[in-house]
Amino acid sequence: MGKFSVEHLIRTRLNWGLALIILGLVILLILPQFLGPFLLSLAILILFWAYLGQCWNIMTGYTGQFSFGHAAYFGIGAYTSTWLLVNMGINPWIGMIIGGIFAMLFGLFVGFLAFRSGLRGIYFGLTTFAFSMVLLFLSSNLAIINKTMGIQVPLIGGDSWLLFQFETTKVPYYYIILGMMVVSNIVVYFIGRSKLGYYFKAIREDQDAAAALGVNLLRYKMTGMGISSFLTALGGTFYAQYFYYIDPDLVFGFFLNVEILLGPVLGGVGTLFGPAMGALILTPLSELTRALIRQPPGFLPFLLALQGRAGVDIMLYGLILVVVIIFLPQGLVGWIRQLRRRGHRYLEV
Amino acid sequence: MGLLEVKNLTKFFGGLRALNNVNMEVDKGEILGIIGSNGAGKTTLFNNITGFYRPDGGQVLFKGENITGLKPHVVCQRGITRTFQLVKPFAELTVLDNVMIGSFIRTSNGAEVRKKAQGILDFTGLRGREEQLAKDLTIPDRKRLELARALATEPELLLLDEVMSGLNPTESAAAQELVRKVRDGGVTILVVEHVMRAVMSISDRIIVLHYGEVIAQGTPKEISQNERVIESYLGRASFA
Amino acid sequence: MALNKKIVLPSLIAVAILALALIYHQSLADWWQVNAVVVFQALVSGLFMGGIYSLVAIGFTLILGVLGIINFAQGALMVVGMYVTLWLFTTYGIDPYLSLPISVLVLFLVGALIQRFTIRPIMDAPTHNQLLLTLGITLFIVNLILVLFKADPRIIQSDISGTRMFIGEVMISFPRLVAFAGGITIATALFLFMGKTDLGKAIRASAEEREGSALVGINVKRIHLIAFGLGAACAGAAGTLMTPFSTLTPTAGDTFIMIMFAVVVLGGMGNMLGSLLGGIIIGLVESLGAVFLPGSSRLLGVFVVFILVLLFRPTGLLGKK
Repeated sequence: MGKFSVEHLIRTRLNWGLALIILGLVILLILPQFLGPFLLSLAILILFWAYLGQCWNIMTGYTGQFSFGHAAYFGIGAYTSTWLLVNMGINPWIGMIIGGIFAMLFGLFVGFLAFRSGLRGIYFGLTTFAFSMVLLFLSSNLAIINKTMGIQVPLIGGDSWLLFQFETTKVPYYYIILGMMVVSNIVVYFIGRSKLGYYFKAIREDQDAAAALGVNLLRYKMTGMGISSFLTALGGTFYAQYFYYIDPDLVFGFFLNVEILLGPVLGGVGTLFGPAMGALILTPLSELTRALIRQPPGFLPFLLALQGRAGVDIMLYGLILVVVIIFLPQGLVGWIRQLRRRGHRYLEV
Repeated sequence: MGLLEVKNLTKFFGGLRALNNVNMEVDKGEILGIIGSNGAGKTTLFNNITGFYRPDGGQVLFKGENITGLKPHVVCQRGITRTFQLVKPFAELTVLDNVMIGSFIRTSNGAEVRKKAQGILDFTGLRGREEQLAKDLTIPDRKRLELARALATEPELLLLDEVMSGLNPTESAAAQELVRKVRDGGVTILVVEHVMRAVMSISDRIIVLHYGEVIAQGTPKEISQNERVIESYLGRASFA
Repeated sequence: MALNKKIVLPSLIAVAILALALIYHQSLADWWQVNAVVVFQALVSGLFMGGIYSLVAIGFTLILGVLGIINFAQGALMVVGMYVTLWLFTTYGIDPYLSLPISVLVLFLVGALIQRFTIRPIMDAPTHNQLLLTLGITLFIVNLILVLFKADPRIIQSDISGTRMFIGEVMISFPRLVAFAGGITIATALFLFMGKTDLGKAIRASAEEREGSALVGINVKRIHLIAFGLGAACAGAAGTLMTPFSTLTPTAGDTFIMIMFAVVVLGGMGNMLGSLLGGIIIGLVESLGAVFLPGSSRLLGVFVVFILVLLFRPTGLLGKK
């Protein structure tokens, strides 16, 4: 059993920390009963971004290889399962796995090229970004996937777990994405306690020292990349089956690369709870902003001038990002940890 | 045949010849010191032995096997571990985690690794600091951590790069004690050092590098009386 | 490993090209007869556009060299320059070229403000955080413009907008020529400034050695402010110069930023001459790509070059290893 600083929160307060998590899970499980359609879709979105953020976190947060191109894997997942469904009638669940495999292969390919060439830091980030943009351009221009017109998921007009579509109620979607999010967190948790996780963190902290201590840098970086890209792609399929429509801008878009990492950055890169925390704050914030701009309430007259204008929510994102980087560079979880450590120091006197 | 054999090792950086036909042997169980002025090639030698650089000529043999040009992590798996001149702790991880990462090379079992790591912390005098973050350690403790981490990989040959620098005489004496303890535990040690008193005191033999060439080999006493060494490096005080 | 890569790859490419040329020389000759003009046209427009890319990249490199900051917001700043010009044109009827000094000044101030309040606090933060910060600034700026001016593409019809001349069958568009000339002129002025003036030398000193410069009495904080402002001003100037022949949208900076990274990496991160060279080359790659890769996005060629450079020579043409 590893006692490690990152998950200090659970370990030292083992009993009531664990109880909190179980309580939280129970709440999440029964929540849909109490939510109206708007809040339900908000909850689904929060879980969705928490999931994607955690997938990204596995690679960037734990191995320290900063990926600015995760939209690539998301898009591959979305397009693979959807295309297979539309053109070959393949079940979306199966398509989901296939999409994950394709994305993983692509991720390993990019990773291999980049890591083999010794790319680190910003150069690595730019490479992942460049590959993501290449996919954006390719998908916008390939007739076989309808170019910019995208692909529509055929509606079955009902509910079906088998066919991964639910028309009359969104609740099953909620449970699916909840399951995915929990699984991603479990994966991170167990990785963190294992040799894999220790080696990931060693690579993140100091690659040369890690190599000198026997860590096969290439193999472990690729492992991180592989896991991360596979899981991210599953999110792409979920997106397709939930929104029924995908096109290059939606699933390979420039901004998507940023959106995926905003949650973890706010919550804390490299922490277990960071992505979820970040999603929990950012998603409602952007939805709220959008709602306010659509129909400004009477008591906020200055918003009337902005009514209906697109972009205010992203302005907010930008502002938050700037503020977080300046004042909370280690995210919320990092900030909380700092406070606790300072608290401990006072107690040690 | 020595535990480690370096044969005609040559390394160029562009037009600069950093190492020129370096020949040396390290015998099992000894502490071999390497001295030389800055830029003499000491750290470069370490880098070439442990795979961080690829030699341009010559060979490195470990236990009779050719390890020239193998990647650092493979060299470590074979049994050679090095430390860094400017220590490289895993800053945001705890002291225990740092050492555990070293132990994981020999076993994947988390519980076993934990126990081993704690043992090493005891051995190197870091008991009680397990939960401290590496970045919060003092310099002497960071050096201890660097050593502890290296020991965790259970090396047969340990390469220490300027472990004594930055330590005051008391700390240095403690460090020397520790190095001897490590050797007594069965680890062969190659030490690069600048602090004359320290290296003369702990080494069984010394090799002197000057502009990438070996200009002298011998016991500390012999070296301190070697004319060429005195001229190029030591100056004329007595260190024996 | 590095030695092998340097020789093997270019040789393979050269051999492949020669082989293809020999095999297909007749069809190549026929093709040339038909398409020569198109190619020359592409070379011209690529060159001209390359001048703009160089200018933006030089500003970026200045910031990188002096502050060590990767300014992701460079594209957004260029867009600010564009929209400042647009606003002056539509509100006061000021010709884009006359508004150049104004937009340069505005961007200098904006850059200085950004540096003072958002960059200075994070000077010692890890690189990825710096990148995220400038990314946040980009999002803010771009969407502020979106909110203020909406997303509709806008065009400026200035006196010079449609004018052009012909050399043979190749069309030389005046606005593009002026943009190119403007870009090169400003770049040259900047080089001279850095090389000859005291302030310029102080900037270069700070870039080389931050602490040492402070020790000899250079006000490093002020230098950083000025350098960032200058870098932003370059972006703004580029934006303004582009307005007579471009379609203005708030998101124009997105693709621009990607092109700029390709330029900077190709030229060598931190090398201003490299940025100049890289800009021209990428401009040519883009326009030739549009000729030879019909239909697909012209940027594909740029990205392929980008990836190749990153993989085989990340330090670029003129960068230090």
